[in-house]
Parts: sequence; structure tokens; C-alpha cells
Amino acid sequence: MKRYGDRNAVDGVDLDIRRGEIFALLGPNGAGKTTTVEVLEGYRARDGGDVRVLGVDPAAGGRGWKAELGIVLQSGAGDSQLSCLELLRAQAAYYPDPRDPAEVLELVGLTEKAGARGRTLSGGQRRRLDVALGIVGRPRLLFLDEPTTGFDPEARRQFWSLIRSLRDLGTTMLLTTHYLDEAEELADRVGVITRGRLVEVAVPSALGGRGTAPAVVTWTEDGARRTAETASPTALVAELATRFPGEVPDLAVARPTLEDVYLKMIGEPA
Amino acid sequence: MTTTEDRSLPSIGSVCRTRAGVELKEFFRQRESVVFTLMFPVILLLVFGAVLDYELGSGVSFTQYFMAGVIAAGILGASLQNMAIGIATERSDGTLKGLAGTPMPKSAYFVGKVVQVLVVTVAIVAILLVIGVVFYDVDLPSGADWLTFAWVAALGSAACTLLGIAVSSLARNGRSASATVTPVALVLQFISGVFFQFSEVPTWLQTVAAVFPLKWMAQGLRSVFLPDALAAQEPAGSWELGRVALVLAIWCVVGLVLCVRTFRWQDRVDR
Repeated sequence: MKRYGDRNAVDGVDLDIRRGEIFALLGPNGAGKTTTVEVLEGYRARDGGDVRVLGVDPAAGGRGWKAELGIVLQSGAGDSQLSCLELLRAQAAYYPDPRDPAEVLELVGLTEKAGARGRTLSGGQRRRLDVALGIVGRPRLLFLDEPTTGFDPEARRQFWSLIRSLRDLGTTMLLTTHYLDEAEELADRVGVITRGRLVEVAVPSALGGRGTAPAVVTWTEDGARRTAETASPTALVAELATRFPGEVPDLAVARPTLEDVYLKMIGEPA
Repeated sequence: MTTTEDRSLPSIGSVCRTRAGVELKEFFRQRESVVFTLMFPVILLLVFGAVLDYELGSGVSFTQYFMAGVIAAGILGASLQNMAIGIATERSDGTLKGLAGTPMPKSAYFVGKVVQVLVVTVAIVAILLVIGVVFYDVDLPSGADWLTFAWVAALGSAACTLLGIAVSSLARNGRSASATVTPVALVLQFISGVFFQFSEVPTWLQTVAAVFPLKWMAQGLRSVFLPDALAAQEPAGSWELGRVALVLAIWCVVGLVLCVRTFRWQDRVDR
């Protein structure tokens, strides 16, 4: 169990992240996502509150503590004259029990770029190199700060499958993102942070009361589009099924999207 | 603590070796740094040696005099300019922040930088000496002069490395560090007796130059490359080696204090 709770430029963030889960911190730009994460990573001092990451106060975290973390910064790694493989080898040398650099390159899909320098990589490849640097030390907890900002849709999908394979290896991950689909796709639980406050923590399907919100059933009857809001969509659909000889024309059952509840939460007109 | 302590961390020595390797590759693979730091003094020596071909008296050529100055300028470039620009760049592009998030012992980073400065300095000095001897009949130091050479170079290099690390914290990024440090270094070279005889520099500028380490490095190195008869042309009428050591040592202390007080692993936290 890792206990996080932090009051800094952010005020009133209180959450626990469980071993082995992917936790997504969702929020608009400037909401305090990076500030929160940087407090947890030990980069920023906090003004108050109790924070434990892997059982240690980040402000007092030493080499042994850092050896258990992987950090992928929002800004990414800097420019280097070293090749991808050389960078990973150097990074691995700081850790007690590193992964094999060549295997890490394979995992992030950069084997063909092993000898290439960072600046010759595309944006998506660079970000995968950042992740490779973050995981080569075999972290128990991996921080990913807006890992896919600026990706095209295909690169984002490839990145997601990389994150899933890391989860399968048992890595706990704290991910910040402002992409709702990313949080929904990857996260076991989502925390929404806005103006420095954590307003809700839930599994993506239940966020903002999504799971229990009235469903909207739509169909076509007598040439007109019909809409009904109901707490018991199954019963309605069953009843509709008896009214029509075959398929119910244009039948759709919808819950509020993550975007609907998210926009409501961060207080922007939906 | 729930951290597993049975996986022992790599020794500081092994991480220092890794960092030294990284720093050498970073330097020698970057065309700009190699040309700017390594080749600039070489080009200066070739050009000045060819153009300014006159005697200073006592059968000493200007090139013999310039040898001391250009080596001092080379050391300044390998240490102060190299550190100020290199570290400012690494700070602004996130390299330092990335390293600070790893279990790398922070001392290993500085050990890597010192190894880089040492190797580059030795390379510059060796190349300059070879060119001087082969093309311009420069007389190599003899006997105890080598010892003076070694301590002036080591102490000057240490002072300028520390100052360079400190100066890096003032710059916004590598480019602004370069834009600030390069002209200052050039002016210092002009007033510190690198390009022409220090005695020809106006007295008030001599006083300005005497505040900074370059003048003392060049003076100490002149005692190595020039016959003692020419000590009379120095402002004090002697090589003042004791004062050279004192001023450079003071700069080491000042530089170290500034480094400790100003060094940052991250860009200024914005917002």
C-alpha cells in the first residue's frame, strides 16, 4: 500500500494508490497534476500534508528509494550525443537490479533504433525512449507525466499497448493525462483534479455517477426518433422487443460518456 | 521502510566510471564543442604564430610568449566556457532533472565533468605543444618548469571549472550561457596578456584583468615558457608565482562556495 496525500500548490489531494494498478490523474492544464506528481517524485518540496511513496517520505527519499521508482517527465529526457542503447546502458548502471537494455529496447519497440541518437527519432519514438529510460531500472512504481501529448492516434495506440505490457510485468503506474480516452483505456482507477483539488476517485465506468446515471434509450417508431431516459433500460428494451416484430429500429442505449461527466466535474459548460 | 535493501546499489566508483564515459562521448561527439573548445586555440596558435613573427628580446620569439597565453586560453575554454555552456544546456533541456530522479549519486555527475575537463585539457595542451614545437620552434619547458606547469594548469583548471559550474546557474539555457560567457572570455583574453604582451595593456585594464584567474594562469605559464630574464617585463618585475597560487586558490574557494550555493538540478520552477 502506498499512501499519497499532498497539500502544496495543490491543496486537498488525498488518495491511495494500490500495488499493481494503473492510476490516472486526469485534469485540465494547470490543474495541479504535474505539481502533485513532482511532490511524489521528490522534485518539489511540499508545504504540508503527509506523503508516503513506497513507504518513504519523498522529501527524505535516498538512493535506495529512487532505485524503486521510474520517472518519465513531462519534458522528457534532454538531448544527447549517445545512442539509444548507450543511454539505456548508462541509465541501467545507476540501478541495483536493472533490466537488460536490449530487452527494454525490444519492449518499447526501438530495437531498430538501438544505434540512433535521440534527435533522429520521431516524437513518438522519443517518448518511447523516455519510457525505456524510466523502466530500465526495474521500478516498482512508474510515473508517467502526460506521456502521449502530441502523439498521432496510431502512435497513441501503440503506446497504450506498451503501457499494458508493463502492467502485465507487475509495474504500478501513476499516469497523468488530459486525454479522457487514454484514462478510460488504461486506468484501473481515475482521479479528477481541478484547481488543485482532487474532486473524485473512481473506476472510469463509475466516475461522476456514470454507472448509476439514467441511461438514454433511443429508437425509431412511426417514422420518428424516440428518446427515453430511464433507470431500468433493460426493462424498456424488453418491452420494446415485444412491440416490434423483429429488430427494434435504430435501437441505442447510452450512458453519459466520460467526457460528459468530466466536463461537468471540472465546471465547464458541457 | 518497505524498500528492498538486499538489492545493493552500484558502488559510487562504478557509477563515476559510467558518468566519465558518458561525459567523454558527449564532448567528443559534439562537433560544436570540439571545434569551439579544442580547435579554437589551435587555430589561434596557427594564425598568430604565422602572422606575428617577431622577437621580444633575449632571443625570444613572440610565439614562445603566445604559447603560454594560448594554453591558458585553452584551459579557460575547456573548463569555464565548457562547463558554463554544457551544464546550462543540460539544465534547460531536462537532462539534469532526469538524472536527479535516478539513484545516481550526485557526486558522480561532478566526477564525470571533472574527468571531461581533465581529458580535454590534456588533449588541448598536448596538441598546442606539438604544433608549437613542430611549426614554430617553441622551446619546451625543462626540469622544474614542468612542475610549475602542472600546478598552474591544475589549480587554474580547478578554479575555472568551479566558476564555470557556478556561472551555468545564472544562464537561462545553453545558448544564453554561450552568448554571455564567450564575449567575456574573449575580452579577458585580450586584457590578460594572451594575444599580446601584458605590459602593453593599459594599466587600468591590467588592474581589471588581475581580478580574474586568466591573467594569473597566463603569467604562471609564462614563467614556464620564457627565460627568467623576461620576468623584468612583468608589471611586478617578477613572475610572482606565490601570488599566482594565492589568487587561483582564492578563486577555487569562491567558485566552490558559489557552486554549493547556486547549483540547481532543475530549471527554475515556473508558475
